[in-house]
Amino acid sequence: METLERILGEHPFFAGLEPEYIRLLAGCASNVRFEAGTYIFCESQQADAFYLIRQGQVALEIFAPKRRPIIIETLGEGDILGWSWLVPPHYWRFHARAVELTRAFALDGVCLRAKCEQNHDLGYELLKRFASIIERRLDATRLQLLDVYAQGSARVTR
Amino acid sequence: MAAVLQAPNFEHLFAALQARGYEVIGPTVRDGAIVYDTLRSPNELPGGWTDEQEAGRYRLRRRADEAWFGYAVGPHSWKKYLHPPEYRLFSAQREGQGFRILPETSTAVKRAFLGVRACELAAISIQDRVLQGASYPDPAYRRRRENVLLIAVNCTEAAATCFCASMGTGPQVRDGYDLVMTELTGPDGHQFVVEAGSEAGRQLLEEMECPPATPEQCRQAETLVAAAASQMRAIRTEGIREMLYGNLEHPRWDDVARRCLACGNCTMVCPTCFCTTVEEVTDITGNHVERWRKWDSCFSQNFSYIHGGSVRSSIRSRYRQWLTHKLASWIDQFGTSGCVGCGRCIAWCPAGIDITEEVAALQAGVRGAAEAITENNHGNA
Amino acid sequence: MTGMLPTDPMLPAACRVTQVTRETPDTFTLQLEFVDGEGPRGFAPGQFSMLYVFGVGEVPVSMSGDPEQIGRLAYTVRSVGQVTHALVCRRPGATVGVRGPFGTPWPLSEGRGLDVLVVAGGIGLAPLRPAIYHVLRHRDEFGRLIVLYGARSPRDLLYRKELAGWARRSETQVLLTVDYAGLDWRGRVGVVTTLFRYARLRPEQTLALVCGPEIMMRFVAGELLGRGVPASKIYVSMERNMKCATGWCGHCQYGPFFVCKDGPVFAYEKLRALWRHDEL
Repeated sequence: METLERILGEHPFFAGLEPEYIRLLAGCASNVRFEAGTYIFCESQQADAFYLIRQGQVALEIFAPKRRPIIIETLGEGDILGWSWLVPPHYWRFHARAVELTRAFALDGVCLRAKCEQNHDLGYELLKRFASIIERRLDATRLQLLDVYAQGSARVTR
Repeated sequence: MAAVLQAPNFEHLFAALQARGYEVIGPTVRDGAIVYDTLRSPNELPGGWTDEQEAGRYRLRRRADEAWFGYAVGPHSWKKYLHPPEYRLFSAQREGQGFRILPETSTAVKRAFLGVRACELAAISIQDRVLQGASYPDPAYRRRRENVLLIAVNCTEAAATCFCASMGTGPQVRDGYDLVMTELTGPDGHQFVVEAGSEAGRQLLEEMECPPATPEQCRQAETLVAAAASQMRAIRTEGIREMLYGNLEHPRWDDVARRCLACGNCTMVCPTCFCTTVEEVTDITGNHVERWRKWDSCFSQNFSYIHGGSVRSSIRSRYRQWLTHKLASWIDQFGTSGCVGCGRCIAWCPAGIDITEEVAALQAGVRGAAEAITENNHGNA
Repeated sequence: MTGMLPTDPMLPAACRVTQVTRETPDTFTLQLEFVDGEGPRGFAPGQFSMLYVFGVGEVPVSMSGDPEQIGRLAYTVRSVGQVTHALVCRRPGATVGVRGPFGTPWPLSEGRGLDVLVVAGGIGLAPLRPAIYHVLRHRDEFGRLIVLYGARSPRDLLYRKELAGWARRSETQVLLTVDYAGLDWRGRVGVVTTLFRYARLRPEQTLALVCGPEIMMRFVAGELLGRGVPASKIYVSMERNMKCATGWCGHCQYGPFFVCKDGPVFAYEKLRALWRHDEL
């Protein structure tokens, strides 16, 4: 438990969090491991956790009817996987597959949601941090959407 | 040393020029305008004609006298000869899997430009900088330029569209000429006060055996030219570069975009516009090609095309490009303004857009220096 | 065969195609050699040539070969229009006209003693490859070499064998990503800016060379500045329509600059204010 606390406290995502909140988070955390090729979660499943990836690589995939499934993003060491636990109606919007052996901390979303309801300060601190992740993903997605490498996109400069 | 050339002696001037191998190019009336073309005799000069010009308007009107140069400028400029609308860069012949280039070997044509205005001399000197400057002097342009004799004419009246005084290019001819003339048509007869500006000009004058001009004649000439300066439009040029760079998102650009047709007339008649395109022309067999260089205009939709689309697709962006290039970027590129104040773009714009009016509107509505292009601030890239 | 007269930069010199390599479904690399004693002509990384196909026309293409192999030229061309399509259809033995080299090079001398960070998007890796060759040949003049490269999808990645080879060199890091991929892709997926968090960057001692679509370069510049790379050490390569490459035709103007002679490589600081405006 102590190691978990230290690792969480040292992670940039949780920088600036009160030590008591770190302890609280550590209380909701557990070590998990996914063999290469296994699915961490699937689209439309209940989103009741988020993960701090410590080692390995995770691919986020989307399957659409009559189309080949594609990987829309990969995450690696140090990345945070999943924010849907925080936002109702709490279900995953894509698949997450371990591309290689992946070790992570899983943080219990149900437990944390309850604690955030009780302690709004904790809730605000977590929301701030997740908002920043969502913003960066949106930025990256916007750039992906612009499909800058496709033919005919050269004139798009903004 | 000013001399006097009587109008009837122009025949001798033509003969002297032709004897030296010059093709005389000068003004003549055709299709309701005064254009530049080859002249065989002074009879072809537009005697007794003047031009009435306003935004989007050009008409010829008869004068009370028989002055030959009593007009301002027509749709042609001398770039028609120095930087022609089209010319061949080279030919090439297919040879097996490859090809052989056949470079142009045409001999240069000697031309005497008769009736070059002060603004036009300035325009020629501006194009000299563009096409002969720094990295790659254009050898074809140099060949044409070296074989040209410039016979300038001082303007004694201005068109309403002229603004050379504001641009500092006229109406007085200052330098860059071989001969300069001022036309007098008073009771003393039809004559020209002439001065040489080069050795070639001096030799011509000697051959004409012109008597020296009297102080009275010189004074008359000066008065006429000074009067021309007061008849014009004006444009304020101090700080124009910073003003334009600092106002690239000014609402006036949207306003002019609603009126501009992107027809490109302004770039065709402008004596300094130099943009060209290159075209590959093949014959039916496909074994012989010619590479041609032709005038192009930044107003055309495809001017800024790069694989898939044009960078400047809106008319707003193209008009902005033309105006900021002419009055601002040109200064950074070539050390002077690109505009000589000849007013052709104003007269020949079918929508009557007036460059002096657009600049004044931008200047009037200028915001702070927040968007100055020279400012060192962080964008939100 | 006659070629370029010293006084006329508008005449192409004849070159023979020696090899054509397919890099991606629409991109090919042509290797050329001068014919008939045209004389080997060197170039600096970042410069470009005007390539001419008889009867079709000319396009500007970045030099993407080894600058120290005099007399041999390599060009990676993407088929996007008439002339580029004709170029990629050339077979060994065919003749291609070459004018140049033109333009400003990557300022590698500014990177002496520093880490060199190369950030490329799509075909933007082509004009950067000569710079990478230079750094690898003169290894002791530079610190770390970091290559961040993103393309649309795995099959659009250029020079994959070479990238793998570079990655094995000492003090060299090569990171790849694609915008999207099929499930069989084992590498990273995400825009090229997502690679920064994995790069062993020492921002205060880095020279950054960036090339790719304009938006991508803007996002990358923002990322570089945010991580502390000095603005004066960021260089980008711009692209515009070109008809002459000699500063006469006026097509390549961007603000007050002619991309053919004031660029294509520009200091970021020079373009910073221009980049804020649409359709310039």
